[in-house]
Amino acid sequence: MKLSLGPLQYFWPRERTLAFYREAAQWPVDVIYLGETVCSKRRELATRDWIALAAELAQSGKQVVLSSLALIEAESELGVVKRLVAEGNGWIEANDLSAVQLCRERGVPFVAGPTLNVYNHRALQLLMDDGLRRWVPGVEQGHMLIRELRDAMLAEGGTMPELEVIAFGRLPLSFSARCFTARALDVPKDQCGFRCIDYPDGLPLATREGKPFLRINGIQIQGEEVTDLGPELPMLRELGVDVLRLYPQAEGMAEVVAHFHLARRSPQPPPRIGVRNGYWFGEPGMQAAT
Amino acid sequence: MQLVCPAGNLPALQAAVAAGADAVYVGLRDETNARAFPGLNFSDAELHQGIAHAHARGRKVYLALNTYPDSARLKQWHAAVDKAAVLGCDAIIAAELAVLDYASRTHPAMARHLSVQGSATTAPALRYMHERFGISRAVLPRVLSIQQVERLCETSPVPLEVFAFGSLCIMVEGRCQLSSYVTGASPNRHGVCSPAKYVRWDEHDDGRRSVRLNDVLIDKFEPSEPAGYPTVCKGRFDVRGETFHALEEPTSLNTLELLPRLAKAGVAALKIEGRQRGVAYVTAVTRTWRDALDRYRAAPDAWTTQPAWQSALTRHAEGHQTTLGPYHRRWH
Repeated sequence: MKLSLGPLQYFWPRERTLAFYREAAQWPVDVIYLGETVCSKRRELATRDWIALAAELAQSGKQVVLSSLALIEAESELGVVKRLVAEGNGWIEANDLSAVQLCRERGVPFVAGPTLNVYNHRALQLLMDDGLRRWVPGVEQGHMLIRELRDAMLAEGGTMPELEVIAFGRLPLSFSARCFTARALDVPKDQCGFRCIDYPDGLPLATREGKPFLRINGIQIQGEEVTDLGPELPMLRELGVDVLRLYPQAEGMAEVVAHFHLARRSPQPPPRIGVRNGYWFGEPGMQAAT
Repeated sequence: MQLVCPAGNLPALQAAVAAGADAVYVGLRDETNARAFPGLNFSDAELHQGIAHAHARGRKVYLALNTYPDSARLKQWHAAVDKAAVLGCDAIIAAELAVLDYASRTHPAMARHLSVQGSATTAPALRYMHERFGISRAVLPRVLSIQQVERLCETSPVPLEVFAFGSLCIMVEGRCQLSSYVTGASPNRHGVCSPAKYVRWDEHDDGRRSVRLNDVLIDKFEPSEPAGYPTVCKGRFDVRGETFHALEEPTSLNTLELLPRLAKAGVAALKIEGRQRGVAYVTAVTRTWRDALDRYRAAPDAWTTQPAWQSALTRHAEGHQTTLGPYHRRWH
C-alpha cells in the first residue's frame, strides 16, 4: 500500500511551503500531489514554481502529480491547467472536467480527484478510456459504495484503476465562487489581501452554541474534524485500496506520515489519531461515533 | 432567448404554459432528480398528460435526470432515460457521465442538456461533454460573473442556458456535501438538501426559536425575525467571535436587469429555479419574465426594467430579498 501527500489545501507563505516539501522529500511517502487546488489568487508559488518543485521532488524518487484547481472560472485559470498539462511532465490530478478534457486532448494520464464526481463503474470506465489511471472517490463515498462499484466493474469484465482514499485530513466539503474568508474578514474578494495566509489550517466556524463545526478555507468549506481511517486499514486492504491519501496539516505531518508508514507494514490496525469518518460507514460525514 | 420554467406537479406545468414558458422542466417521483421532495414531481401518467398539454400548445418539456447514480442503482436511471424517450420528452437534463452515455447510445435522437449539477464552467469542460455525449445545450453553474458568461458564450461548443431567477445555491452545484456531512442525505446521490425529517424547530419560553438540522444548531431567531428553511449554507454561525450569515443570507438570485447583456451575449435560454414552489410562484415569475422578454424582443434598445416586474419578483423571492449574485463581482 502506497502513501500519498494530498495537495496542500491551505495557503502558506512561500518559505513555509518550500520547507514543508523539502522535509516531505525525506518522508516515506510514495506519491506527492502538488499545486493550488482552491484559489488561483494564491500565488506564493507561481505555476512555474510548482512545476520546478515537481521536477525536483521527482529526483527524490517520489511520484509527483500536479493537481488542478477544483473550480475554474477565468481564462487565466484555464491557462494554468494548460501549462500543468503541457509542461508538467507527469500525471495530472484532474479536479474538474476542464482538466480531464485537456489531458484527453494531449494524451496525458490523470488521476480523478475527489471533486470529479465519479459514482459508478460506467463513469469510471469512460474516464479510463480518456486516460484515467487512478481514482480518488469523492468524500461522501464510503466502503460499501466503493465495493459495489468494484464488483460491478469486475462483473462486466473491466479492471479497476488504482484506488486512492482520503485516509487523513479535513474533508473538502464544498466549493463556491465566493471567498468565505474574505467575507468573514469583511473585505471584497478582489481586494482580499490574501488574508487566508493567516489561517494555516483554515478559519474555524462554530455553531451559535459554540460547537466547532466547519473550517473556512477561502472558497472551500471543510469539515472541522481531522478524519482518520487508520483503524480501518484491514478493511481498506480487503477493498483493494492502493494509496492512502494524507492531507497536509500545518503541524505534525512528519509524525502523521510516520504513523501511517508504521501502520501499513503492521498486521495490527493502528490506534486512531484523528476522528472517525462517518461517510466511510455510510453515515453522515460528521458522525464520529457509532 | 427561450424561457425555461419549473414545475413540481401537473398544475404547475399547466400554469407555466399558460403564463408563457417556452419550455417546462420536471422530474420523476424518485431520486433521479435534484428535487426529490415528498409530495413533489410526476408519476408516469402525469408526465404523459403534461407532455400532451405542453405539446398541444407548442411548448417543450424537459426531464431532469440530474443526480448521480451509484453502480447498484444505475439501471433505475437508465429506465428513467428510456421513459423520457418513450413519453416523448423534448430533452433530458443530465449531469452524470454514465447517464449521458447511455442516453446518447440508446436514444440518440432525444436531446441531451448538461445539467447545472454537471459543474461545467469552461470551454474545455463543455467540449468534453459535447464530444463525448453529444450534448446540445449546457446549463451553467451559478458561479460565473456576467463577463465570464459573455466570454463563454463565444467559446462554448454548445448553446448555453443560465439561471435567471430563484433560490441561490451558494456552492458550485454538484460540488456541495454540506447536507450529507450533517444528515447523510446527499444532493448528488439522493436529490435532496437538508430534508425536512432532519429539521427540528424549538420554541422557547421567551418566544425565541431555534432550528437544528440533525441536532446541529443552524440558527436562532428573535420573536420578530423571519425564519428561513435551515440549510447549512444559510445559517448563522460564529467566526472570529462574531455571529453572522457566514456563508450566505437567505436571498434569491434575480438577473432581470442583466437581460439585455445576456441576450446580446447569445445566451440561448433563461432558467427559472423552483420546482419545489407552488402554482402562484410559477405563474407570477413566469408571467413577469415573459413580459420582460417580449418587450425586449419588440424593442431591445428601449428596454428598461420596470418597477412592477421587480416588485413582483421580490414578493416571490426567498427572504423577500434578491441579489445579482455571482454575476456581479461585488458578491464574490
